[in-house]
Amino acid sequence: MDIRRASHPVIDPKVRRVGFFDQPEPESPHLPDTPPPDPVSSVIMPPPRLLSERTAAVPVPESRFRRHELDDQVPIGSYNPAQCVFRASPTASITSSSVGIIDGEFSEDCSGAGWFRGSELSFPDGGLDLPAVKPHEVLAENRYDDAVNVNNLRRVTEKKHETVKEVSPDTPSVSQPLKAKTTKAERRALQEAQRAAKAASKANGNSAVAESGKASPAKSKKQSSQKKDGPPVTSSVTIYKKSGNHPLEKERKKDPPPQRMQFDDQNRVEKAKRRALVNQTEARNRVEIFRHLPQYEHGNQLPNLESRLFQLDSMHPAVFKVGLRYIAGDISGVNARCTEMLRALQDAIIDYSTPPEKVLIRDLTAKINSYVSFISECRPLSISMGNAIRFVKSRIAKLPLSYTDTEAKTALCSDIDRFINEKIIIADKVIVGHAITKIRDGDVLLTYGLSCVVEMILLSAHDLGKKFRVVVVDSRPKFESQALLARLIAKGLSCMYTHINAVSYIMHEVTRVFLGASAVMSNGTVLSKIGTACIAMVAHEFRVPVLICCEAFKFHERVLLDSICCNELGDPDAVATVPGRMDINYLDNWTNKENLQLLNLMYDVTPSDYISVIVTDHGMIPPTSVPVIVREYGQEHYIT
Amino acid sequence: MDFQVVVLAGGVSKKLLPLVSKELPNALLPVANRPVLSYVVELLELSNLKDLIVVVEGKDVALNVGAWISGAYADRLHVEVASVPEDVGTAGAIRAIAHHLTAKDILIVSGDLVSDVPVGAVAATHRRHDAVVTALLCNAPISGPLESVSSGGKDKTKKPGRYDLIGLDPTKQFLLHIATGAEVEKDLRIQKSILRAVGQIEIRADLMDAHLYAFKRSVLLEVLDQKSAFQSLKHDVLPYLVRSQLKSEVLLNGTPQAEENGTEKVNSQSNQQMISQILANASEPTFHLRHTLGTIGSDSVRRAHKCCVYISGSSKYCARLNSIQAYNDINRDVIGEASHLSGYSFSAHNNIIHPTAELGAKTTVGPHCMLGEGSQMGDKCSVKRSVIGRHCRIGANVKVVNSVVMNHVTIGDFCSIQGSVICSNVQLQERAILKDCQVGAGFVVTSGSEQKGEVLAKK
Repeated sequence: MDIRRASHPVIDPKVRRVGFFDQPEPESPHLPDTPPPDPVSSVIMPPPRLLSERTAAVPVPESRFRRHELDDQVPIGSYNPAQCVFRASPTASITSSSVGIIDGEFSEDCSGAGWFRGSELSFPDGGLDLPAVKPHEVLAENRYDDAVNVNNLRRVTEKKHETVKEVSPDTPSVSQPLKAKTTKAERRALQEAQRAAKAASKANGNSAVAESGKASPAKSKKQSSQKKDGPPVTSSVTIYKKSGNHPLEKERKKDPPPQRMQFDDQNRVEKAKRRALVNQTEARNRVEIFRHLPQYEHGNQLPNLESRLFQLDSMHPAVFKVGLRYIAGDISGVNARCTEMLRALQDAIIDYSTPPEKVLIRDLTAKINSYVSFISECRPLSISMGNAIRFVKSRIAKLPLSYTDTEAKTALCSDIDRFINEKIIIADKVIVGHAITKIRDGDVLLTYGLSCVVEMILLSAHDLGKKFRVVVVDSRPKFESQALLARLIAKGLSCMYTHINAVSYIMHEVTRVFLGASAVMSNGTVLSKIGTACIAMVAHEFRVPVLICCEAFKFHERVLLDSICCNELGDPDAVATVPGRMDINYLDNWTNKENLQLLNLMYDVTPSDYISVIVTDHGMIPPTSVPVIVREYGQEHYIT
Repeated sequence: MDFQVVVLAGGVSKKLLPLVSKELPNALLPVANRPVLSYVVELLELSNLKDLIVVVEGKDVALNVGAWISGAYADRLHVEVASVPEDVGTAGAIRAIAHHLTAKDILIVSGDLVSDVPVGAVAATHRRHDAVVTALLCNAPISGPLESVSSGGKDKTKKPGRYDLIGLDPTKQFLLHIATGAEVEKDLRIQKSILRAVGQIEIRADLMDAHLYAFKRSVLLEVLDQKSAFQSLKHDVLPYLVRSQLKSEVLLNGTPQAEENGTEKVNSQSNQQMISQILANASEPTFHLRHTLGTIGSDSVRRAHKCCVYISGSSKYCARLNSIQAYNDINRDVIGEASHLSGYSFSAHNNIIHPTAELGAKTTVGPHCMLGEGSQMGDKCSVKRSVIGRHCRIGANVKVVNSVVMNHVTIGDFCSIQGSVICSNVQLQERAILKDCQVGAGFVVTSGSEQKGEVLAKK
């Protein structure tokens, strides 16, 4: 190891320079054909707005709900240990402990509850607290004036007691539904509050047509602050727009980001199933720790959906085709998936016509929502796709009411075209331009997986006549890199192909690692194809710089600490078989084996410590600067 | 979903004589006492396809078929019946109705298909691959044990299970070679270029083209327009498209992609290229793509189109009523193993006896039998694995085994019918013995006659 390190004495200091000192890079990409991204709004940001966005990045629910939740969690915690005492089987303890981990680490607001649970493990008669708690709560709820919250609270508490009663002939996994109930009730409370706020805001928007007469003082303050940062707007249309949209935006900032569907929540899953267009059967041996993610049987999804082609009348053919291609695995890669989805939505918008008695903005948004939910049933959406959808929806919401159907449709289509062009195509070109400066003659570049940006970088560096070698690292089960390898070889690059198992052997001769990403979170973690974290860590250990190439539309304000809460599960059969070896069939009937779970995880999270630099269309930045991009440019997707 | 459905119901097929006639065309031939066309229509209806164009050969036939459809489906479906001249072939039929076709893709179904394969699946496969044509392949039907009919020189019945020779790629998604009809008997010729591009071709003789196709409309119409000699979709158009898939002459997507915009759009053009590059790189490259991309150095751009297949699962039933043999088989299957197709509810004895049918004393109707409305049977009869139509009068001591008896048939005492098809209004006088015969409509079989493997029809 030391000898190897010694072989790169020149590179190592440079790495650090690349990562953290080289970053006063141009704010705006210096490509001639990029339209300048609204310099005024992006450069001068007023402090109040900045603050509010900061808070929005962290999923903290409103304090009132938080308090309730803590109150509620006490009985759960005190009940749970009783069960552990009743059946002290190893499985029970394992499940409960694993749940504890989830609570403690991943949903921040539950950390207190998790702690309680741990501490009260020693009271076996904790369940006796329950009757004492209940009247207390009921009394309390009568005192509240706020109807929404009282209702919710009551529901929460009653639900809790119901479940506790039902459950008392206990099963080891009781803690899970209990926890789920809380979150569900909490969510419903949030939702209702939101709905009320939305209704209010809608009323506002409708009545106050020209001026924001009914806007609350806070809102007007907000507006003035906005006026400061933007160029002074005087047209009545924009003013109206602002007054209409403001409460919504404010609401969004206060609320935690919309929670993802948790697939271990029985009720919600059933509800979702009733709504679902793609009927899927849940996998039998689900991996315990990933129960919150959709785990479906993969074999019959495609035929099921195929045979229902004509039943799904509401679906646009283009959208359906995209769904089919997703579910069949015909297309992978975030950029391609995102482009295809946007193209399909574009087709759907072109074929759309507003039904009589309806408003285009509302109806089209509903339509898009249904399309998106269909697509996400076919394959969970990636974060960048979420961003793209947010963009489309915000464009729809921002359409002036005076537009006719055709005007609105052409506006939307050109917006989507612009998104694809600017956020994907031109962004890729800019990234290539940046990254290429980091490739020098004699370099050995390592890449993993199949990233179209990395491929473009390599090819254009080769076209520029740089002399370098490429190490293409691949992994089971998809061997995506082979396609990349074939294309690189065809272009005459000198390549080496190996599997991820060998990465530690090959790393000592590598001078740069180029990786793609599925998403970059605001704490600098990179969500990417599984195995990326491993590569990055090995590279870090060998002091090889790791460059993540990622378009800015894949940035997200969310904070991700681990790869458990936000991930995707692939077909477990893919890891059960060995391609080309029919004789290795130990796992042929694995679904029948109760004590076996197969895990085919699609993504992992690379901590920012292992990343030297992120190459984006806004320049090369250290991972610590991701929040800046999210703040300065993140909103741009859907506000400009 | 932007699909249009064309049902090719045919006219009066020579292969099915003497069962069919102008009054009872192919489409209305009863299978388990329902016209065979109703199976297709209901299959489509099940897939929520309610706008159909039914193409029939001959004006009189069209009147008959139209009358039946409007009677049976007027309230549920929107069916247009179009008549084309006889002997134009399937390709000619499509040419004749081309101006009605507007949707992006056309689903063409043969009217004699009896199947429960989801039509949507074929269409979805077509869409998924953006194919030019997608064909439904099913397992070639296996003839029943008792069906050694010698009904004329039909090579298909002589060689059970060898209908088409079909070449597939290793993923079983693309059609690489198809030999149908008379070509099956010839030597197998496979194009080198296709073999080179794919690397491996699987030749299957156990699959049958079920004559359910999804075509891209623009391509289909273009091919029909250019190749005026093409008579049949199955024998000409499909093999042509399969043959030319790597040197495509048809315009995909209707528009040439190059010279349509001026200089100002060059930039967006290159962006367009980049997008398609990204998309192409992200998906699993098919051999078509590899072939088109593999032209480094040569200046001509290779173009390819995709011919896909959807292979129905072995649990699905799929058969075509295109011979007398098939007619027997399908009747047997529809009341037997594929009984869910018939749409009737079977009794506890696994048979269907209409409540108005009358059975004499000691008469037995076995499982997998069907007895139509108002039919009467005398004493001590026995019916096994047979379909008996409406208002038949059957005397005493009659045996009906593995046969189809249509409507208004009169059968005298002590008759024995085995493996035969008796058309409507036939009269069988006493003690007639028929084995493996087809009796045309209105024929009178004299008493005591004994026939084996004959075709009996009015001159």
